[in-house]
Amino acid sequence: MAKRLFSGNEAIAQGAIEAGLNFFAGYPITPSSDIAEYISRELPKRGGRFIQMEDEIASAGAIIGASLAGAKAMTATSGPGLSLMQEHIGFAVMVEAPTVFVDVQRGGPSTGLPTFPSQGDLLITRWGTHGDHDLIVIYPNSVSECFYLTVKAFNLAEEYRTPVIILSDEIIGHMREIVELPETVEQVYRKTPDGPPEEYLPYEVKEGDVPPMAAYGSEYRYHTTGLAHDETGFPTHNPEKVKALIERIIRKITGNRDKIADVEIVYPEADYMIFALGSVSRSAREAIEELREKGVDIGLFRPRVLFPFPETQIRKISDRVKKIFVFEMNQGQIVHVVERVTDRRKIKWFGKSNGEIITPEEIEGVVMEDINGY
Amino acid sequence: MVTEIARQYLRQDKFPSIWCPGCGHGIILGAILRTVHKLGIDKNKVMMVSGIGCSGRTPGYVDFHTLHTTHGRALTFATGIKLVRPEMTVLVVMGDGDAAAIGGNHFIHAARRNIDITAIVYNNSIYGMTGGQVSPTTPTGMYATTAPYGMLEKPFDIVELALGAGASFVARGSSYHVPMLDGLIKKAILHKGFSVVDVITTCPINFGRRNKLSADGAKNLKYVESIVVPLSKYQKMPEEERVGKFPIGIFRQEEGLPELTEKYVQLENKLRGEE
Repeated sequence: MAKRLFSGNEAIAQGAIEAGLNFFAGYPITPSSDIAEYISRELPKRGGRFIQMEDEIASAGAIIGASLAGAKAMTATSGPGLSLMQEHIGFAVMVEAPTVFVDVQRGGPSTGLPTFPSQGDLLITRWGTHGDHDLIVIYPNSVSECFYLTVKAFNLAEEYRTPVIILSDEIIGHMREIVELPETVEQVYRKTPDGPPEEYLPYEVKEGDVPPMAAYGSEYRYHTTGLAHDETGFPTHNPEKVKALIERIIRKITGNRDKIADVEIVYPEADYMIFALGSVSRSAREAIEELREKGVDIGLFRPRVLFPFPETQIRKISDRVKKIFVFEMNQGQIVHVVERVTDRRKIKWFGKSNGEIITPEEIEGVVMEDINGY
Repeated sequence: MVTEIARQYLRQDKFPSIWCPGCGHGIILGAILRTVHKLGIDKNKVMMVSGIGCSGRTPGYVDFHTLHTTHGRALTFATGIKLVRPEMTVLVVMGDGDAAAIGGNHFIHAARRNIDITAIVYNNSIYGMTGGQVSPTTPTGMYATTAPYGMLEKPFDIVELALGAGASFVARGSSYHVPMLDGLIKKAILHKGFSVVDVITTCPINFGRRNKLSADGAKNLKYVESIVVPLSKYQKMPEEERVGKFPIGIFRQEEGLPELTEKYVQLENKLRGEE
């Protein structure tokens, strides 16, 4: 274990490198640019390739190309860039290219508040690209988690052949903490085909829902398209084949919802629960201790994997608790998802999107007022 | 010979193609396949990437590693592939809308970077697949479904664009001058660096019919013949005769310039030596 002082963004960059990153393409944008800067310095030393592209669309295209050519590939951006990348996130879903997209959230909409935190991108990560799809979204709340969850993001991308989005925010991205770096981390690699090349069907699934993946340049020549395709990889509009494809690429994620789920629950037996993510969960954590000292039995429910949404886990909590307080730095996004899977009468929401963080005192105030009426 | 190339390189079960009768795209595809065959490149080491449109369907028909991407972005995917697999011959086929409208930014930056990719532009001055809308290379005054009174704007010259952006190999051919096209594509593939071949071609259905050329493939090819001029002849022509003509030939061929993937390898070796 080596100790290093990192910012959240640097920890993501280092985590990506430890996870086996071969290729990074990006475009400068506050507050994520230091991820690209770190990788541009460190990755070539390990034989990986870094390129600054002409825009975010190009960055996303380049990492998908690299992924299909066999690389572990990542890009990093913030809200405006994530908006530009949406078409290619859908392409990565459709061709099942393992890729990692980092979104360090800043205030929006549009150019918004480039240097201030926000959680305005929670739902665009899941629903931003057009068409039916599913993907994985991860949200660390400490510098250490930025490292470990980035490794996890790569491993999930490889295991499920899917884009994984790492959400962060301006606070998590730019704060500094000590990270204990392990000697090695677990590295997952995509399954590759092993049969005769002439019999290879790139989207044929023999077990599970994730087909083995050949790399460009190997003897397994194949066709890749964003058009609806059958197991051969070639376009089709046969309704049965299209149905099979769309249902499979969604099922491979949602069907493994509980396996992918990663939730931190603090005081799981508490009467009240706070639902919070990223930097907000840090304020919540402090507020919870204050509240408990005042006799309020309250805990924290914090998904590290935000999507697929941990429905089973939060249902279990919501059946039992008196109330779930949802705090988010926006005008009401994740609360809609929480309400959909729980008893909405038990939900109390508080949001804020003025560039300021939600403080522990605010959280305490909202909870005390609701419980005690003052 | 033709049959041999067809057997060796085409995914024959994918035919008939989606291209309309008389379309010039098959001629360009033929030139690409003959060239790959002539150069004896291992099919496993050929990567063909395309964008969206009629040209975008080319990779589906050829037995290489093939990738059909999003509209205008083929070069971005190709850049990622080439950086990860420098040993591959990367061919990018694009339409004129792909290369010069939605993908214009990627086109000029790929040229600037001098990455070893061969970009072949199927330039028929129209959005054929979507039904004949005006493109950035539609000549002023020509008709399209979104230029019912004639194109008002000035078109892009793809060769000038590539030259200005710093491509180290720039050529223009036509689907009428086939042996010449074979030669241009061969030189482009052999060139180490970013190479562009702008191919003036036809869209009988969506360009020809609307511009009094008829839907006849041969008549549209004759039109192509009438608007292109060999570069050496063009250079001697007086200014007024050059109007509406497209010179064909090699405009730039600068060998020995630093190529991007090679520079990466050099950098990595240097960093390894230092550490």
